[in-house]
Amino acid sequence: MSVELDVFVGNTTIMDEEVYQLWLDGYTVDDAVAVRMEGGALQVFEASMEVLHSDTMDQFRTFQMCERLLYYPSKLTNQLLFQIPPQKQAMLIERYYEFDSTFAREVLGKKLSKGTKKDLDDISTKTGITLKSCRRQFDNFKRVFKVVEELKGPLVENVQHHFLLSDALARDYAAIVFFANSRFETGKRKLQYLSFQDFAFCAGQLISNWTVGAVDNMMEDMDVDLEKDFLHNLKELKILINDKDMLDQHRNLVCAQLRGKITVFGEMEANFKNLSRALVNIAAKLTHTKDVRDLFIDLVEKFVEPCRSDRWAIGDVRLFLTHYTSTAHSLDSFRYQQIWERYMGVIKSCILKMYHD
Amino acid sequence: MPGKLKAKIVAGRHLPVMDRASDLTDAFVEVKFGNTTFKTDVFPKSLNPQWNSEWFKFEVDDEDLQDEPLQITVLDHDTYSANDAIGKVYIDIDPLLSSEAATVISGWFPIYDTIHGIRGEINVLVKVDLFNDLNRFRQSSCGVRFFCTTSIPLCYRAVVVHGFVEELVVNEDPEYQWIDRIRTPRASNEARQRLISLMSGELQRKIGLKVLEMGGNAVVGYLQCFDLEGESGLVVRAIGTACTLEKLSGGGATNNAQHTANSSPSKDMKESPKACMSGCRSSHSSPVHGAASRLAQSFSVSYPTLLFSGTQGSNRPRPSLRARGASAAQSLASAARQCRPVFGDECPSNPLSSGPSTPLRAPPFTSFSPSKSYSRQSSSSDTDISLTPKTVLFPARLCLYLSPSSPALSSVAPPISCQTSRPPGSGMAPRSTTPPPSHVAQSEVSMLRKSVSFSEDMLLAASGMGSGGSAGKEAGPLKILLRQQTQTALEQREFPFFTLTSFPQGFLLHVAGVVSARSVKLLDRIHNPDEPETRDAWWEELRQEIKSHARALGCHAVVGYSESTSICEEVCILSASGTAAVLNCRFLQDGCLDVLSEHRCDDSAPPGCGFCHVPYDELNMPFPAQLSPCCCCHRTKVPDVLFTTIDLPTDAQVTGKGCLIQARLCRLKKKSQGEGNATCISNLLPFLEYELHTQLLNKLKLCGMNALFGLCIQISVGENMLVGLASATGVYLSALPSPGGIQIAGKTPNDLTYDQHVSSIQRKINDTIVKNRELYEIHITEVAEDVIGSPIPEPRQRSRLFRSHSESSDELSELDLSHGKKDAFVLEIDDTDAVEDLHSLLTDAPTPPGFYSCNTEIMPGIYNWTSAIQMFTSVRVFRLNNANLTNLGLNKIFNELCENLLKSLYFKLRSMVPCCLCRLNFTVAVPEDELIQVAVTAVAMSFHKDQTQEANKAAQAHSQMKAIAETEEQLQFPLELNAESASPLSPKGSGPQDGSNSHGRAPSVDYSSFADRCSSWIEQLRLRAHTIRRGSIKTSSSPLPEGRSRSLRSTRSFPGSSVSVVKMTPLSFIPGAKIVKYLGIINMFFIRETTSLREEGGVSGFLHAFIAEVFAMVRAHVAALGGNAVVSYSMKECVFMENPNKNQAQCLINVSGDAVIFTRESDQEGHLPQTSHPQPTEDTPP
Repeated sequence: MSVELDVFVGNTTIMDEEVYQLWLDGYTVDDAVAVRMEGGALQVFEASMEVLHSDTMDQFRTFQMCERLLYYPSKLTNQLLFQIPPQKQAMLIERYYEFDSTFAREVLGKKLSKGTKKDLDDISTKTGITLKSCRRQFDNFKRVFKVVEELKGPLVENVQHHFLLSDALARDYAAIVFFANSRFETGKRKLQYLSFQDFAFCAGQLISNWTVGAVDNMMEDMDVDLEKDFLHNLKELKILINDKDMLDQHRNLVCAQLRGKITVFGEMEANFKNLSRALVNIAAKLTHTKDVRDLFIDLVEKFVEPCRSDRWAIGDVRLFLTHYTSTAHSLDSFRYQQIWERYMGVIKSCILKMYHD
Repeated sequence: MPGKLKAKIVAGRHLPVMDRASDLTDAFVEVKFGNTTFKTDVFPKSLNPQWNSEWFKFEVDDEDLQDEPLQITVLDHDTYSANDAIGKVYIDIDPLLSSEAATVISGWFPIYDTIHGIRGEINVLVKVDLFNDLNRFRQSSCGVRFFCTTSIPLCYRAVVVHGFVEELVVNEDPEYQWIDRIRTPRASNEARQRLISLMSGELQRKIGLKVLEMGGNAVVGYLQCFDLEGESGLVVRAIGTACTLEKLSGGGATNNAQHTANSSPSKDMKESPKACMSGCRSSHSSPVHGAASRLAQSFSVSYPTLLFSGTQGSNRPRPSLRARGASAAQSLASAARQCRPVFGDECPSNPLSSGPSTPLRAPPFTSFSPSKSYSRQSSSSDTDISLTPKTVLFPARLCLYLSPSSPALSSVAPPISCQTSRPPGSGMAPRSTTPPPSHVAQSEVSMLRKSVSFSEDMLLAASGMGSGGSAGKEAGPLKILLRQQTQTALEQREFPFFTLTSFPQGFLLHVAGVVSARSVKLLDRIHNPDEPETRDAWWEELRQEIKSHARALGCHAVVGYSESTSICEEVCILSASGTAAVLNCRFLQDGCLDVLSEHRCDDSAPPGCGFCHVPYDELNMPFPAQLSPCCCCHRTKVPDVLFTTIDLPTDAQVTGKGCLIQARLCRLKKKSQGEGNATCISNLLPFLEYELHTQLLNKLKLCGMNALFGLCIQISVGENMLVGLASATGVYLSALPSPGGIQIAGKTPNDLTYDQHVSSIQRKINDTIVKNRELYEIHITEVAEDVIGSPIPEPRQRSRLFRSHSESSDELSELDLSHGKKDAFVLEIDDTDAVEDLHSLLTDAPTPPGFYSCNTEIMPGIYNWTSAIQMFTSVRVFRLNNANLTNLGLNKIFNELCENLLKSLYFKLRSMVPCCLCRLNFTVAVPEDELIQVAVTAVAMSFHKDQTQEANKAAQAHSQMKAIAETEEQLQFPLELNAESASPLSPKGSGPQDGSNSHGRAPSVDYSSFADRCSSWIEQLRLRAHTIRRGSIKTSSSPLPEGRSRSLRSTRSFPGSSVSVVKMTPLSFIPGAKIVKYLGIINMFFIRETTSLREEGGVSGFLHAFIAEVFAMVRAHVAALGGNAVVSYSMKECVFMENPNKNQAQCLINVSGDAVIFTRESDQEGHLPQTSHPQPTEDTPP
């Protein structure tokens, strides 16, 4: 005696969010049933195990059928096969594209290629996220990347427009696309302490300030790449460290501002030249693609780590960077104010974000 | 040249990739009607082609317009090889042929392929210009409206109800075998789909002609069925009720009507023939709506009740039953024997051949020799009961009010060969003449043991009945007069049948009980499709029998009538059932309605109970029954139990709520072939029906109720078993006496422990009854306690006397002719097995709190429906692995299957609580040896208002309004408001422009605007989601610098999406809404096949996808007609076959319903929430 066939189809497609999440997380039907039972689903209407199993099967099947529509969410909104209320559609899409930040952290900056896909089992073992879920997340990244890569206009908006995602999620995807495109190095051990959210924030900063679209609203260009001219101009900043007078003057100005305001004044004063050199050198090197990739590792090695070893508090770092940036304006012969502002604005917020344990 | 059909192909979207190299498709479209084909240009390299074609014009006869569908085929152009078909769309243009229905078909249709399912969508525009046809000899019937709804459609008024129309069309079904054939599966599936589409078009046209002949303009309660007879062909048959309908003008009228209906329950319907049905009941406030109960499978037939009527000592139930069973069996056998020699395969001289469809033909069944002796009597459809043994029999069986519905056993027709149409009842007739051979009897005894006492009980009860419904003292003469009038009106009809299940007020005077007939036939190839007289004759016999049953009950009409078949190999069971009733003849004649409305007299009979009064004459009681005075008016007699196939009348007085009552039964049967098989089935049928009936009655009593509505009994035949499923909605009619308790009796009363056992069961049962009364809020003023708690009578009595209990009220007790006083209903049990069996049957799991269920349109006692409805279809197939099952084991499995299915439904729909599952329609089939298939279609409706729903509703209403505004701009033709023309035949020369509906597109709900409204809500939802989710990031995400010049758009804008929401419901109304227009009938047939079953998720995945596709296609067609809902939806057929070894499966589905436009009753609410709108709509991308 066995149930050979068991289906339930509603005119309005019935979807349980809890079950959807289990499906997204890559549970098998049996595991999902077990989880639901633990969650107390059996208490509802004295449901039996079979009832729960049948319901879970049914919904898993529905999700599977919906999945191909979710690849291109605008299809979901004008398909005729499933009648799904708009708020449910939004939920389906949003949840489908949500990802585990631990997973995203692993993949961040890697090429979204077949090779990476093969490593997914390792990532799965490492993060404890099921392989199925990893695949879904990876494929989502890849799909979004492919669609958005060649599009003109603002990256976040493109993601949002084509995938109907919420604001926050669209920004995260923009970060992933941006990292994948520029292939920033994030895998080094020294960077391990940084979370996906830290990087996503930095990516947001880079996108909104260093890309072509950032200056030119009417943009022909796309958001995915950093503005070449800007990077090239960054070389000019070298004057800040190459010109000895200017360097001294800069240090004096900063020290004058910070005296008594920070606890690590002595260390700051002693280290000023090193720190300033580090920041300016990073800027000057950005014309090379390879150095762009190393941006974050450089920031950590050259700035974050020295400060941390001197036990700077985050408030100290903030004050330092603020005044380090602003005092440059007072330097007589420094003519690159605009570039300096644009560069330091991003660097400052990135460092502050990255400055933690 | 009476019509010009015009079609325009606009665009396609989401097409599949047909060219692997480019990942694109070069699509073009063929548009075909009849033999004319047009093609669009190829739109190269696109998955979203824009053809924007010219108007393709077809000049055709209106006959073709009715028969043929418009065929649209989407293909991929291929320069070197043959073009590949992507898929097809069939569009039934019938709705465009009536001036009152749709005027244009325009919208996105799913492109359907029988192998791949839905593959993209296509946007099409279709119009028809009809010229007036003055030819009196025309073959077309354009303009006749068809409704699946089994009540007078809301927003119409029935001027005249003409009566029964039927027709059937047969054809060969050359490609019924799906596994090995020569053509490709796609070609043969499409050929079949087309064939069936043509046949149903033709059928509808022919029925339309009959309606016109009768002077009507519409068919209500249209029930069309397919019989896939395999080798012997394909039969498409339909029945319906011809009416002359008149459109009520405007919404005001509707309201009024509703008002009247509600407010005037006090008009006596029976005595005031004039009560005019001034309208339609409006949806939610009035509980009665026509139900489509006539679903294909109600096979109710023979209830064993008959026994009683037997002359054999009524106090010795067991023997009599035995006798009956035996005699039935025996007579069948003998009939079969006799016939064999006479009828060869090709049984020649079929006396029936005289055009079966001719009305008024005298039923000549009698002519076949073998059965002649009795068949003659049976065919004398009328009448005089006392003369022929057969008729006597019938009444007993059927009649019964009491036992409810007991219909006629007779239906078990002899299985004889094929074409000979044989009076179905004939098998039974000989009862009185043939003495029961004892050896046969013995073998039957064991099976029947349990049931015996029951039947006895019913019998006796029946025997006690008082005078007929007309017995009321003062009312008597008047009624009789009235009845006579009606009778004459009805007498002229061959079949005074009505497929309606709910009626205008005043139409239904009395209801007597269920009448049904069943017949087992051997199928043979249909040799000449143009002369389907065999099939016609078969049905005619059944109908005659039904008619005579009704007569015997003192009724001249049958309402809630339906027909169905079950086919297994070459054996076919035909079933017909309905409810015998007395109608008010005034509705049946032209022109009297106006008179009616003027004097809607009579107040003498109390409201709400008149229909329960027995219609037959007390002195001439056709069968024994127990009657008691009506508990409402105390003037006339009512039976103690009432079974019907109709919906609960609007004004019926009901105590408490109702519930779904199901009797389920499986019977093993030996495998055999041909006649042997037919005989075997015929022999089993009566027992099966008897037990179903017994179970129903038991369960009804257990629920503390006394009447069943919407009774539908289906018996499905498989190779090695028969499955019976009876569903009905139990209620407590205030007019009927309170049901007695159930008493358990053991057969070895001396054993102490056994007695304890028995009494513990008794206690359980009593507790259940008390609990159920509580649950269903049945609070009876009379003292019922003594019944329930009554001590077990002394053993002797116990085993002999059974009577249903009646709380006869005192004033009239002297007149009570019933044999007994107050006896409890007794169940006799013999051994432990039986006890368990009994107990398990009697203890169905109660519905979980917050849920109610019924198979009628609405649930008595629930009125405040919200607008939240969810229609669903669920299918289960169960495999019995164990070949050595006993009947008992089988029953248990089947019972569990149904119970589990219900449990699953409750669980699925838990979010709608408190809610009621309405029109729960179960369909059983035995597709293969060890498989049982159960399909359920129903609607869940919430009935308690709560905040979210209010909000939703408001949002929806609002978006509707918006949609109206939007669409009006887009309409190509200016539409005139309310330009409805009353005459269905009025010329449509001016084309669709003068169509009536300004609302044409109105109701479609635009998702994107809806989406905006919901966005704040969604935001919240999302937040919640995020918090719940472990380890995910979202919430804290960093704010971007404010200064960023490109601001982000609203998250929730769905570009370009506007899929209109189409509601579906098996009911005839939509709660909280007003149906403003009927757009036409939806009747669709699909075949889906796969050769990669495993890849598609196995059988469940395959069927799941297919059902979803069917829903999608129905919705798309409705939306294209301008509608926003389907009412009276039903799935008539769902035939699933698989061949796992070959990784193949095939499924056929037939669905039907009425496309409508509804508007929310509270449109104004829509404006309110606008202020809270978080994102202005302008933000939405174009």
